[in-house]
Amino acid sequence: MIWDWAFAFEILPVLARAAIVSIEATLIGFALAASLGLVLAVVRIAVPWTGWTISVLVELIRSTPLLIQIFFLYFVFPKFGVVLDAFTAGVLAIGIHYAAYCSEVYRAGFDNIHRGQWEASVALNLSAWTTFRDIIIPQAIPPIVPALGNYLVALFKETPLLSAIAVLELMQTAKIIGSETFRYTEPMTLVGLFFLAMSLVSAALIRSLEGLLNRRTMR
Amino acid sequence: MGIRTLVAMLVTALVVIGALATQESYKVFMPGLLQGAVLTIEIAILGSLLAIVMGVLAALARMYGPAPLRWLATVYVEIFRGTSALVQLFWLFFVLPQFGVTLDAFLVAVLALGLNVGAYGSEVVRGAIQSVARGQWEASTALNMSRPQMLRRIILPQAFVAMIPPWGNLFIELLKSTALVSLITLSDLAFKAQQMNQNTFKTIPIFTLVLLMYLAMSLVVTIGMRLLERRASLGLARGKAA
Repeated sequence: MIWDWAFAFEILPVLARAAIVSIEATLIGFALAASLGLVLAVVRIAVPWTGWTISVLVELIRSTPLLIQIFFLYFVFPKFGVVLDAFTAGVLAIGIHYAAYCSEVYRAGFDNIHRGQWEASVALNLSAWTTFRDIIIPQAIPPIVPALGNYLVALFKETPLLSAIAVLELMQTAKIIGSETFRYTEPMTLVGLFFLAMSLVSAALIRSLEGLLNRRTMR
Repeated sequence: MGIRTLVAMLVTALVVIGALATQESYKVFMPGLLQGAVLTIEIAILGSLLAIVMGVLAALARMYGPAPLRWLATVYVEIFRGTSALVQLFWLFFVLPQFGVTLDAFLVAVLALGLNVGAYGSEVVRGAIQSVARGQWEASTALNMSRPQMLRRIILPQAFVAMIPPWGNLFIELLKSTALVSLITLSDLAFKAQQMNQNTFKTIPIFTLVLLMYLAMSLVVTIGMRLLERRASLGLARGKAA
């Protein structure tokens, strides 16, 4: 018997609990990525001399594997006396990694704002802060929401990497079940199906969101 | 980023690696890490080749294949884009043997990464083919070309240029994903780093070297793809498309 339904149903609740950890990691990681990315993109515009440094930093983060970055944060922080538990270190690494990607998305959004908007804000004597908050960001963010959504899905699919530092998320739980029972077929396949289902659902959500946003901006 | 900046970064990365390698505390790790890097490069190259083959086949099957083939290609693309690379890697490594197919870890690595990136690649190929102007198709039809002729002589050479930048990104993704193979017992660069770290606890030197090595490899790919793009768009009126 290659596929055992009884076993599959038996491990389903355990995997469901682990899935919650995966989703938590995704949401916290993405919140970090989205806000840190925005900060990077705004600083780049507000303080022009940082542009080069930020580009190099983004390139560095994007050119090296996330797995190594996770290990790096997990093992290096204790050297400086900061002991992070695996979940925190992992989510931090994922958040920083995707912040680099998100900052490029925001930058594209800002680049699409017409020059006249900046000039008008200057002419109206708006402060830099007000210009960003009330003029630029409300126009720049909606068009890039779908792109950010794609990174949310990509980030979600990276969470199994946390199993490498023994965070008890979906993959790690499946691996433990596998090594205890010597049955890998059901846990691994269920994990795969879970990711597939989540990805398909979120892809559909992003598509409908895109349609909604297009309608709003077309007016 | 401009190609000059990228070259400057690559040179800096290599110089820093070289400078660190002369230091006593870093030197001991170099032979092992370089050994790991060779395996990483092997997997990356073979995986990329498989990705290209799968990407082109899946795109052509989805666009022009008969219904069953089209359906098969769609399922392939959705499954490999919808689940994580690590899940695919583990599935091939742990589950496939239970169906009586035992593959060697190296083969699993190349297959999983190649199939994963190939699925993304098929969308790139599809997009690039569709970006070729309608008039080109119509003119080929008017000249009474068969569909394979059209694709081979007219459409693909033009689509090729549009495909280069996104494929460059995918190759980088693949290179970075090779770090995952350390989790299925292959002693690539990431595995060596982990192993040495566990033995010596010299985390900072080891991981600094490893990050720089991955950076250098990624930059080589980026620069190579930029040069290829420049070369391929020579003589084409439309330079960078899509």
